Amino acid sequence: MNDHSLRGRVAVVGVGETTYYRHGQAPEPEFVMCLKAILAACSDAGIDPHDIDGFASFSNDRNGPTAIAAALGTRELRFSNMQWGGGGGGGAGALGNAAAAIVGGLAECVVVYRALAQGQFGRFGQGAQIAAAPGEYALALPYGQMSAAQFFAPKVMRFMHEHNVTQEALRAIAMASYHHAQANPRAVMYGRPLTEEKYDGSRWIAEPFRLFDCCMENDGAAALVLVSSDRARDLKQTPAFVLGAATGAPCGAPGSHAGAFATPDYASSHFKSAAKRLYAMAKVKPQDVDVVQSYENFTGGVLMALVEHELFKPDEAMEFLKLENLIAPTGKLPLNTSGGNLAECYMHGLELQIEAVRQIRGQSTSQVPDVNVSLAVAGPMDNPVSTILYGSEATL
Amino acid sequence: MSKYYLPPGLPAPIAEPSDLYAPYWQSARNEKLSVQRNPATGSYQWPPQWIAHDTHTFELEWIDVEPKGVIYSWTRVWHPVHPALKDAGPYIIVIVELRHAGGVRMLGNLLGDPRQEVEIGAEVEAVFEHHNDAASPFTLVQWRTVGQDERSPASQKKNSLV
Repeated sequence: MNDHSLRGRVAVVGVGETTYYRHGQAPEPEFVMCLKAILAACSDAGIDPHDIDGFASFSNDRNGPTAIAAALGTRELRFSNMQWGGGGGGGAGALGNAAAAIVGGLAECVVVYRALAQGQFGRFGQGAQIAAAPGEYALALPYGQMSAAQFFAPKVMRFMHEHNVTQEALRAIAMASYHHAQANPRAVMYGRPLTEEKYDGSRWIAEPFRLFDCCMENDGAAALVLVSSDRARDLKQTPAFVLGAATGAPCGAPGSHAGAFATPDYASSHFKSAAKRLYAMAKVKPQDVDVVQSYENFTGGVLMALVEHELFKPDEAMEFLKLENLIAPTGKLPLNTSGGNLAECYMHGLELQIEAVRQIRGQSTSQVPDVNVSLAVAGPMDNPVSTILYGSEATL
Repeated sequence: MSKYYLPPGLPAPIAEPSDLYAPYWQSARNEKLSVQRNPATGSYQWPPQWIAHDTHTFELEWIDVEPKGVIYSWTRVWHPVHPALKDAGPYIIVIVELRHAGGVRMLGNLLGDPRQEVEIGAEVEAVFEHHNDAASPFTLVQWRTVGQDERSPASQKKNSLV
């Protein structure tokens, strides 16, 4: 084994989440939900919460490690880490950082967490109500380009143009998430199925995104606990071993969403380099992937992320992206099997990481048979992007 | 009806940091389109940066380029995310590629009928939208399809900007 690889040396041993709420509906403070998700993940793992010695998060989470450590009575805080990047791009990166800390001996038991209460704090998806915009923002905001959907829509529009992809492909991605949410009582959209007619009749947000192409905004918290593989094997859950993790950004991408129009490789989710490093570290091939969770900020981001993870070629998108191929248990490549950001909960994609682990354990509400390799892709187009592969014991 | 493509109340551009952005916004006031260039290598940069990506010189020059390009991508926005845009939709955002300036791209609105068909690859030219009534007057760089004036009365109306 390459000494510099994460492969097989760390495992996710516990996962937990609060009830997932519509945005602004959380009945308790964000920090309390954060603590409850961490406690749930520890309980799931059979680990004493006092034994956590590292904290990793992403997207400028407001709940700092020292405050959490104080609240939990952490005996020794050894590792505190924030993955740079303000969106969902860093979810898998936070898990990779946690795994690297354990492999490198910086900490022994690291929790990755994300908590959101958009009633208590601000909402996503709204334009900045400011009098004047400086820098790159001055090149976008005065023209009415001010939300994530608006920043990302032209990237997808260009990709669809280059590869003759039509709306039906995006619809299939949306429908896969909603399909799986109907089996998942945790899902905010449980009991609210999506039909082709409902999708086609939904309003445009920013072309090519209709309402159902866009993620929800939610309140809640989620957490995952990681320890070394040796220790993982003695704990109560089936370990989901980290096979590989990678983070990346394209050459020449401006530093803000507002400047995204200048990114040289524009029509991209920006996984081209990271996905190659991911598979190399994991020592698996795209065709080995049994199930994929792929962050839906917007369905078009999933389209490009799946292509850049080499799960199909861009010109095969229309053929591949059909609902029957994307649903558990029988689809060629079941996608977003908990309902994901579209229909389970927008926990900035950490719910997708949890679902990828549940698929390894055999605990999904839309379980794919005999999962050994489980892919979890964090926010596409949102630099730096990140991606991770989990494997069963059989893959080691 | 506003004389501008979008209603008033959106964030106005300010040329900050001044060393990076003042030349561009000042040029727009004068109906010119300026971008950065590395004088040693001739490579263009946009948006502006403190440093050249290729040789790492901090001595970049500003150069006027012909205010035209082709539509590289676009979106038509229907859902407003700012109070000023509440009843303004839909509107079109285009990303314009300046092939004669190293392929740099710029972002603006596509003037004319907001429900028009937008064609990637179509030739466009800049329209300088002067906001002289703003507290700090500024000029946005908008785009219209070349030859559109003759085709669409709606666009003509929109294009007669102050």
